[in-house]
Amino acid sequence: MADNLESQKAVAKPASHAKNDYEKDKFILRQLVTKDFKIKYRRSVLGVAWSVLNPLLMMVVMSIVFSTIFGQSRNGSITPEMYPLYLIVGNITFSVMSESTNQALMSIIWASSLLKKVKVHRWVFPVQKVLFSLVNFSFSLVAVALVMLFFRVVPTWHLILLPVCLLLLMCFCMGLGMMLSALAVFFRDVMHLWTVVITAWMYLTPIFWTTDYISQMAHWIQVLVVVNPMYNYLQFMRDIFLFNTVPSALTFGLCVAWAILALAIGYTVFHKTEHKFILYI
Amino acid sequence: MTESAIDYSKQPLAVEVKDVTMIFNMASESLTNLKEYFIKLAKHELFFEEFRALKHISFDVHRGEVVGLVGTNGSGKSTMLKIIAGVLEPSEGEVKVHGNIAPLIELGAGFDPELTARENIYLNGALLGYTKEFIDASFDEIIEFAELKDFVDMPLKNFSSGMVARIAFAIATITEPDILIVDETLSVGDVFFQQKCERRIQHFIESGDVTVLFVSHSMEQVERICQRAVWIEKGDLRMDGPVDEVCKAYHDQFK
Repeated sequence: MADNLESQKAVAKPASHAKNDYEKDKFILRQLVTKDFKIKYRRSVLGVAWSVLNPLLMMVVMSIVFSTIFGQSRNGSITPEMYPLYLIVGNITFSVMSESTNQALMSIIWASSLLKKVKVHRWVFPVQKVLFSLVNFSFSLVAVALVMLFFRVVPTWHLILLPVCLLLLMCFCMGLGMMLSALAVFFRDVMHLWTVVITAWMYLTPIFWTTDYISQMAHWIQVLVVVNPMYNYLQFMRDIFLFNTVPSALTFGLCVAWAILALAIGYTVFHKTEHKFILYI
Repeated sequence: MTESAIDYSKQPLAVEVKDVTMIFNMASESLTNLKEYFIKLAKHELFFEEFRALKHISFDVHRGEVVGLVGTNGSGKSTMLKIIAGVLEPSEGEVKVHGNIAPLIELGAGFDPELTARENIYLNGALLGYTKEFIDASFDEIIEFAELKDFVDMPLKNFSSGMVARIAFAIATITEPDILIVDETLSVGDVFFQQKCERRIQHFIESGDVTVLFVSHSMEQVERICQRAVWIEKGDLRMDGPVDEVCKAYHDQFK
């Protein structure tokens, strides 16, 4: 599509069309993420500050609820001073997944008017939603830094593994997002179902309860919790933020495996069905 | 209109339409929930009703040609254009397009009403495959053509539909495309802007490098702009030839 640049008469102007699909998609992704960002904070007084405030406020609410009302859910390995940090790291990591998949789920349906008129790679829409949640996540990190500062937690070199963890989590979310966005085109039920799945998933993942609890659970739930992809991503994040260790080989291996598996399934489902989208949106 | 002296068949191909059939599945189109799906599946009704919007259509368009697609409502013209634009994929057959396309199908696709005109120009430009540097360099020209200098930083939702169409037309035609697809778009905006658009399209045609595919219900407009016409009726290719002959035959069917 963009392979002929030589027909440009205006010499002074830069090349009109992107050199290749990669350049084109990169520019589209950047524009779409910028658009979402601008729309999210348009006409709000605090604007971007909400991305920092929101996780902080959530953390405050949750730490009050779970250290007073459900005090016993936190015991053993997590000291009271560490609990807020434990909460916020878990919460923002889980939010990346829940927000990005919720948005990706609808992405193709929302882009329907566009897909009916312009030729554009369809995968950019779910992928863009995941990238947007990554942008939000980076603001949430400011909140984490503030919490660490407040509780005088000194970060260690283990934090250099953060990009690795994020990359794996992004791949996982993109795979999931692509699969859900394709399914939602054919069956709108998916969007109702996914809300329930996310809620169940949230309780199954140690966001506010600590991992010491797992040993008290029924055996089959134990298995469910440990193979749960989000359990592993949260473990990875807390290892580098709180426990200052390199994640165990098992955690790391499962994180990688889930990322590859999700991406493979998501891509396959999306690729197999995408040419039929236009007839259903 | 007797300037058929130019032999386009010697020009390289711009668009090749080879035995294209487009089948829409009527039954499954309305299925959007699982319950209905399983009920239909159990009743074996799932893939029954078919609608063939296009049946074995083949034609070639050479570089620089200006081709009009004519036919009554619902005969498959727009489906054909959408397949050429790459938005729809044909059920059978294939379409090859050589060069970049400026699709003027329903102007303003992908515009976001919450964003300003400036932001929308960048977003739409990205979707059309332009580079950021190119949009930077052409920005003033786009605004000037759309005559919206004073509204650049206003959200698009405050624009009239005519104003939106102006921006869309200006972006899509700011660079000389290889193939221009025009689907009834010239009917938007006021008379002056319509003339301005038509002049720009005419300018592309005169350059001889731009291939134009044109759909309009105004036969008068088709005859004025195009050299060749393709008549599609109820999904069948009825006629393909010089514009005056096809238009005459098209009119004769109503007699």
